[in-house]
Amino acid sequence: MTEAKTMTLNMGPHHPATHGVLRLVLELDGETIIKATPHVGQLHRGIEKIAESMNFQQVIPLTDRLDYTAASLNNLGYCMTVEKLLGIEVPKRSQYIRVIMSELARIMGHHLWIGSHALDIGAMTLIFYTFRDREMIMNINEELSGYRLTPSFLRIGGVAKDITPDFVKSVREFVKWFPKAVQGYNTLLTDNIIWRKRTMDIGSISAEEAVNYGFTGPSLRGSGVSYDIRKALPYCSYDDFDFQIPVGENGDVYDRYLVRMEEFNQSLRIIDQAIENLPEGPIKVDNPWVSNPETDEVTEDISALIRRFKIQSEGPKSPVGEVYHSVEGSKGELGFYIVGDGTAQPYRMKIRSPCFILTSALPRLLEGHMIADAISIIGSIDIVLGEIDR
Amino acid sequence: MMKPNQIIEQINKSLPGSIEKQTEYRDELQIYVNKEFFPELMKLLRNEKAFNYDLLLDIAGIDRLPDEPRFELVYVLFSLEHNRRLIVKLKVDISDTVPSMTYIWKSADWPEREVFDLLGINFSNHPDLRRILTWDNFEGHPLRKDFPLKGKDFDKKFDPDTIKVY
Repeated sequence: MTEAKTMTLNMGPHHPATHGVLRLVLELDGETIIKATPHVGQLHRGIEKIAESMNFQQVIPLTDRLDYTAASLNNLGYCMTVEKLLGIEVPKRSQYIRVIMSELARIMGHHLWIGSHALDIGAMTLIFYTFRDREMIMNINEELSGYRLTPSFLRIGGVAKDITPDFVKSVREFVKWFPKAVQGYNTLLTDNIIWRKRTMDIGSISAEEAVNYGFTGPSLRGSGVSYDIRKALPYCSYDDFDFQIPVGENGDVYDRYLVRMEEFNQSLRIIDQAIENLPEGPIKVDNPWVSNPETDEVTEDISALIRRFKIQSEGPKSPVGEVYHSVEGSKGELGFYIVGDGTAQPYRMKIRSPCFILTSALPRLLEGHMIADAISIIGSIDIVLGEIDR
Repeated sequence: MMKPNQIIEQINKSLPGSIEKQTEYRDELQIYVNKEFFPELMKLLRNEKAFNYDLLLDIAGIDRLPDEPRFELVYVLFSLEHNRRLIVKLKVDISDTVPSMTYIWKSADWPEREVFDLLGINFSNHPDLRRILTWDNFEGHPLRKDFPLKGKDFDKKFDPDTIKVY
C-alpha cells in the first residue's frame, strides 16, 4: 500500500488574498509548497481584440480597465504609443499635467497595494488609513474629470481640458498633507517586529534571476537593479524633475515593501515640482488631424465644425508602421506595441503587462515556502488581475 | 554607445546572413531575422558582451492574413547595461514550429503560451504549452483575423462532461 505524501490545495479564484481572480493550485508537503501552478484568464475580456475594431481615441477608456488601481498610467502608456506612431509631441503644459495625473495614479496604486498587502498578512489597521488618503486622490480625479477610479482624462495629442485653480489647490493640499500620512504608514509597519518576521527572507530572488524572469518595476528594484524607465529612457518631461530611484538589496518581500514605500515620497516630489513649475501654453497639440477645435471656433466657423465632425467620427489615421513604447507603471514596465496599417484603427495592439510576467514567476517564488508566506509573496509582487487577463 | 548600423554590422560579422531586412522607424531599430538563424541569433544577442540583451520584455504575435507567411512574431529585447531596446521580428507560417526561448529567458514562458493560445502558433521545447487566457476546451484562436469579433461559440451550451479539470 502506498501512502499519499503530498496534498493538492486549490487556492482562489475567490480567495480574498489573491487580489482578484487568480487561481493557484498548490502541491503541499505538510504546509510547505512543493509546486505551485497559477491559472489566470478568468477576467479575460479580449481588450486587444476589441481595440482592433475601434478608433484610436475609443480605445482610451478600455485601457483604464487594465490596471484599474492606477488608471491614468495606462492612459499615458497608450496615448504616448499612439503619439509615437503618429509622430506628434504634445505641448509642455500638457506633459506636466500628464505627469501629475500619472504620479497621483501611482500613489493610488501603491495605496491599494500596501493596504491589502498588510491586511492579508494581518495588519488590519493600515487599510483604513490608506483608503482615507486614496479618497483624497479620488476626489481630485472626480473634480477634474468626473470619474473617480477611471478618469480617462488623457487624449491623443494632449489632455481633455485644462486644469482649474481648484485642482491646483487640492493637489497642493494633498502634497502638504501626504508626507505625514506616509510617516504614519511607516510607523505602523517598518519597524514592526511581526511585520519584519513575516516579510524578511521570504520570497527572495537574486538580481540576475529577477532579470531573467522578466521582472520590472518595484519588484525588480527590490532585488537591487536600478531600472526605471522614467530615468533610463525618459519620456513625458520626466527628465525635468529631480527624483531618485529607491533600490533594495535582498530582493525579499520586505525590500520590495521598502522600495514601494519610498516611491510614495518620490512620486510626491515629482508632483510637487510639476505643480509648482507648471508651464503656460496650449494643452493640445497643434495638429488639425488630431486635436479638436475649440468650442467657440466651432460655433463660428463651418470648416472647424467639419473638422470636429471628422475627428469625432473617423479619428486620426495612422501611418503604416509599428512602434513599441513603454512607461513606468505602478507595477512595472507597461508597454504597448501598436501596428498601424494606414487606417484609423490599430491593426494590432499588444499590451506588455508587467503583472502577467510577474505572475509567471510565482512558481519559482513560492517554491519551498509555507502557505502563509504565499499570501505575503503574492501581495509583494502587487498584481492586478485586470491587467494580467486583459 | 553603439549606433544602429554598428549593431547590424556586428551581427553580420558574427552571423552572416541572419538578418533578412532591417528598418528604423521612429528612431527604433527593428530587424527581421532569417528563420534558420533564429535560435543562434537570439543566443548571440543575449550572451555576447557587446549586445547583452538580458531582458526579454514581450513577445507579440501579428496575424497578416492574406500574406504569406501569415504570422509575424515580435520579440522586444532590452539591455540593462547598454540601456537600449531592440525589436526582433520573425516571419512564421501557419504550419511552422518556432523554437521556444524559455531556455534563454525564463520570461518567455507565459508570452509564448499566450501566442499559442490566441494565435495558434506552436513552440518546440516549451516546458508547459497550454492555453492560458481562454479556457482549455476553447476552439479557435481569438486574435486571428478570421476569428469573428463576437466569438464563435457565444450561443453554445455549456457541457460539463467535455471540460478538463486540472
